[in-house]
Amino acid sequence: MMAVSDQRATTVTSVPWWNDRRIRAVLYQVVVLAGVALLVAFLVSNTLDNLSSRNIATGFGFLSREAGFAVSESVIPYNPADSYFHVLIVGLLNTLKVSVLGIILASLIGTVVGVARLSRNWLVARFAAAYVEGLRNVPVLLQLFFWYSLITEALPSPRQALNPLPGVFLSGRGLRFPEPVWGPTHAAMGVALLAGIAVAWGVARWARRRRERTGQLFPTGRVAAGLIVGLPLLAWLFGGAPLAMDVPELRGFNFSGGLSVTPEFTALLVGLVLYTGTFIAEIVRGGILAVAHGQTEAGLALGLSRGQVLRLIVLPQAIRVIIPPLTSQYLNLTKNSSLAVAIGFPDLVSTANTAINQTGQAVEGIAVIMAVYLTVSLSISTFMNWYNRRIALKGAR
Amino acid sequence: MTDRPRFEETPDEIFAHEEEPFEPHVPSPAVRPKGPHLAAFEWIKANLFSSVPNTLLTLFGLWLLWQAIPPMLDWALFSAVWHGDDPTLCRQAGGACWAFVEQKHRFILFGLYPWDEQWRPLLAVCMFIAALVTTCCPRFWKPWLAGMWIVVFAACALLMWGGVLGMTFVDTGQWGGLPLTLILSVVGMVCSFPLAILLALGRRSDLPAIRSVCVGFIEFVRGVPLVSVLFMASVMFPLFLPEGVTINKLLRAQVGIILFTAAYLAEAVRGGLQAVPRGQYEAADAIGLGYWQKMGLIILPQALKVSIPPLVNQFISMFKDTSLVIIIGLFDLLTTAKTAVAEPQWRPFFVESYVFVAMIYWSFCFFMSRYSQFLERLMDTGHRRT
Repeated sequence: MMAVSDQRATTVTSVPWWNDRRIRAVLYQVVVLAGVALLVAFLVSNTLDNLSSRNIATGFGFLSREAGFAVSESVIPYNPADSYFHVLIVGLLNTLKVSVLGIILASLIGTVVGVARLSRNWLVARFAAAYVEGLRNVPVLLQLFFWYSLITEALPSPRQALNPLPGVFLSGRGLRFPEPVWGPTHAAMGVALLAGIAVAWGVARWARRRRERTGQLFPTGRVAAGLIVGLPLLAWLFGGAPLAMDVPELRGFNFSGGLSVTPEFTALLVGLVLYTGTFIAEIVRGGILAVAHGQTEAGLALGLSRGQVLRLIVLPQAIRVIIPPLTSQYLNLTKNSSLAVAIGFPDLVSTANTAINQTGQAVEGIAVIMAVYLTVSLSISTFMNWYNRRIALKGAR
Repeated sequence: MTDRPRFEETPDEIFAHEEEPFEPHVPSPAVRPKGPHLAAFEWIKANLFSSVPNTLLTLFGLWLLWQAIPPMLDWALFSAVWHGDDPTLCRQAGGACWAFVEQKHRFILFGLYPWDEQWRPLLAVCMFIAALVTTCCPRFWKPWLAGMWIVVFAACALLMWGGVLGMTFVDTGQWGGLPLTLILSVVGMVCSFPLAILLALGRRSDLPAIRSVCVGFIEFVRGVPLVSVLFMASVMFPLFLPEGVTINKLLRAQVGIILFTAAYLAEAVRGGLQAVPRGQYEAADAIGLGYWQKMGLIILPQALKVSIPPLVNQFISMFKDTSLVIIIGLFDLLTTAKTAVAEPQWRPFFVESYVFVAMIYWSFCFFMSRYSQFLERLMDTGHRRT
């Protein structure tokens, strides 16, 4: 034994040091790290020189200064006297609003269209294929411009606003609809809604356990819908059924009162949802095709209906294939929401861009944008990875 | 004949059947003869009206078509104005104003390029497309393709810049439209591809420092939107450079696009690298190849073959993403389309402008996606183990 290891030791040492793998490995890494460090040092020193020669202050001190510009819509109260930090938060909340809504709607559309593309009805399958092939191959920014122009140019001015339902007005300035006059009953309704969701979740869990144990089916969907809709309705009735509404009215050149959805938000949401929906549809279709056809046949042989086969047998298996690419589509949608800057929706990039133009602090502004998007991206992929692990086959790999 | 079952017949008896009197063939009711009309009828029944919900869906779909197709045809063809330079005529007609596209197509296609010199970008675009089509034929995958591309790039650069052979010099600030979109995407593809291979190899390297640099770069770039990379290229790049050194806007955007695409392509290449069986690496080590020989001769040829479909998909999305340069003020195809409808008298005809440009983008992307499906079939040598 000793002899063998001694012999090996001598052969290793007999290699000249510049041909030794380990020394080379260290050398390569040192060279790469030194290169990266030099590049960074070069860029940083240039940047500092340039900033000092242009008299631009560095650091994030500007965040507490007054922003002084208005934003067209905001989730939280905001006025131009608030700080840059506040306006960036407004932008971030707008980004999150459009991303969350977009992800939900795009998933719905994508699932429906993906299933429809595999429909046995030829016409339905053609419709789905035309939608997917048509919109997938056109840049999303072009689609955003198109929707935005369509809303602002093709819809009438507020004076001739379309009035499809009483109190609802559709014009080039967006959609206006009545807002309930908020009272304690509405708060109770909110609590009832949360309670309904919680109870429905519990029922669904219990029903699934029971189905796995005994095979008995329970009408989970109908019961859950009843709970989620019924409990707030009961709260509303007990609260005296308040019906007061703040109806929008035409004052001068625009409406006042009521709630509004701006053209920018609508165009962004519609554009992102329709575009991302095509990709999700293809992912759903691929996932369903990846489930062996024998599974469908076995389900049909058990006497399940086509809908039940899809819901109970095919989709639960397809979802394991679907989740990883779906995650990257969610990330894409969130990142594409930054195109808001091109149509004037005050999202994070748009507000940060205005801040950069006003203060000249490009480095800090872009650092904020990138840091926020990295955080959001990492959060989404962490959540989806957690979900992926939860639904993965237990014991596989 | 007796009533015995057939399988007990002796050979003699089988021959005996031939002398049976001829009976005309009577079709069974299950197998009806299928004329073309009946086949169509059965197809319709099976694919459109197989059940009650299907019938309802079909009827709803037909109703939708009935609602959508005639007005659309009327707008696009029958009520459309095809010629002329008068927007008021278009407004009266109420249909599509293709006259607008007729008026503005040179601006949309070539942007601010000097009017009299626009044959140069046209020729460059034609050469580009011809080179692309040639490259797409597997028959021409020979070493001379690389040489052809160098010639094409040089010729296009010469045509676009000019300044020699009696052609006036045109600054990159005046480039625009389709040539700009093609330059941004093709140069982006060509330059980001080698970078992507290096990044992918680095990410799979055994050396921790190199691996973490590559992982850091890839994950960082993939986590941020392209808009912010372009902003960085347009706002921060000038700060990065030593004083006095400036690079023009087009080059800055191009560098941003290259770095962004490389990170995404690297992930596609990494997928291919992971698909190469471990034994191939071990075999290369066993015959004593060095790292670059192992990768260049054994691993990458197999890995790139597997990753061609995702690579093409990435090229498609990069081609569409070049439209984002509108945000930093370059005159690409989308910018020219948007600018063309900025004039007040043409403003109502934004649909025509966007449809025209969308059709150009669509044909390129559709062609590429079909081509990637074709490649997938071509590359499927049946070696996959599943």
